[in-house]
Amino acid sequence: MTRRLFPTTRGSVVAALASDESADRARAFDTLVGIYWTPLHRYAQNVHRRTDADDLTQAFLAVAFERESLSAYDVRKGSFRTFLRTLFDRFIANRIRDEGRLKRGGDLKRVDLTEHAAAETPDVLFEREWARSVFTVALERLRQSIDDTAFAMFEEYDLRGGARYAELAAKFAVPETTVTNRLALARRTLRKIVLDLLREITGSEHEFRAEARALLGSDA
Amino acid sequence: MISDQAVERLRTVVTWPDFSGTRYEIVREIGRGGMGSVYEAIDHELGRRVAIKIAEAASPEARLTAQLEHPGIVPIHDAGTLADGRSFYVMKLVRGETISELTLRTFLRICEPVAFAHARGVVHCDLKPSNIMAGEFGEVLVLDWGIANRRGGTEGYMAPDAVVSPAVDVFALGRILAQCGIDSRRLDAIVAMATSPDPAMRYPTAAELMDDVARFLDGRDLVAYRESALERAGRWVYRHRGLLGIIAAYIVMRVVILIAFHR
Repeated sequence: MTRRLFPTTRGSVVAALASDESADRARAFDTLVGIYWTPLHRYAQNVHRRTDADDLTQAFLAVAFERESLSAYDVRKGSFRTFLRTLFDRFIANRIRDEGRLKRGGDLKRVDLTEHAAAETPDVLFEREWARSVFTVALERLRQSIDDTAFAMFEEYDLRGGARYAELAAKFAVPETTVTNRLALARRTLRKIVLDLLREITGSEHEFRAEARALLGSDA
Repeated sequence: MISDQAVERLRTVVTWPDFSGTRYEIVREIGRGGMGSVYEAIDHELGRRVAIKIAEAASPEARLTAQLEHPGIVPIHDAGTLADGRSFYVMKLVRGETISELTLRTFLRICEPVAFAHARGVVHCDLKPSNIMAGEFGEVLVLDWGIANRRGGTEGYMAPDAVVSPAVDVFALGRILAQCGIDSRRLDAIVAMATSPDPAMRYPTAAELMDDVARFLDGRDLVAYRESALERAGRWVYRHRGLLGIIAAYIVMRVVILIAFHR
């Protein structure tokens, strides 16, 4: 049975985090860690200038995906991504405060967020790293979804760029039409994977559409 | 982890429409918005360039626009569904520019297709300068009927109305008319009526707004402006200045002849 913390969206792991079933929660945890570990880690490093970003991200994720931590999340008020980042900001602020206490008066350097805002805002950095992470996970799923030759063609033509159909046809000893067909299949599959992944990591249709716009630049 | 360049390439790959095995070949993306993306493409069957709009969800735009056969509305040639489920429609590729300098004559030509659509029960709902284009041969085209008959629009041109009606377009047209930059109390009155916060106080459709602007250009009485007797007399004199000039010249000539004969 699932507690209705969120409106039910088919396949949403954000909703599954609130499940009473530990298996559902574990699956949701794995997916969200896969997406968010790197963006949070880079955020801790680049925005908060933490040298202990590894430990900090690890510790945060361990507590963040507990049901109690997420009870404040309201899907109507904003994206899960923004909510998680706000929780992370608070987590780091608490950590800095605790470290300060330990040092009796706190001789730790407190990092002013505005100090680093000149080049890139925290929002932009987090969104960029999130996009990179979503595509990285999607690529891994693509690798598992299509045959090795099609994935290799896709890697050379679409991911690295610079290859030509004729070169790929010669390299893989297939006609050019096979190359274009395999590439078309890979692209179509990747598109489906990306959209399915976005549905998984969002809590509502509205949020899904907003995140698709953020990731792809247009409605999904 | 993948590079920033790879992320950009993947973005393009995921959104790029797959027309392989069809008569169309995508050349480049020419526009992107909330309602989808527009690409320039080659129609190999007919050997011409076309524009293809890709919409994520099935949009009524193609069917609506296809009903509006007017020289000021871009014609739709074809429509269908891609293998990934997105819908597309093919239309004339418009070569031209958005209108940079707006004259009242151009404004009337913007109103024409909108009035035509209103007469057929279609409200554009997102009229703004960037959706108006001047074609290569001087034609004026109203583009992007993507949210026709639906609540929406762009800040600065969006009416504060609760329901969609032709008055929504009249409001946007009023905002566009205000950009003509003509200093005239009579024209200001037309703008004020078109952009009234109360839709019931506006011109009911683009046709009535167009008529009032045409009356302004001809120096005739306006629906939007009640003038004093003096203003009316002044405008009458100005409007008939040619005839009055001839009459005045005739009178002067008769007076001169009369004086000459009496000497």
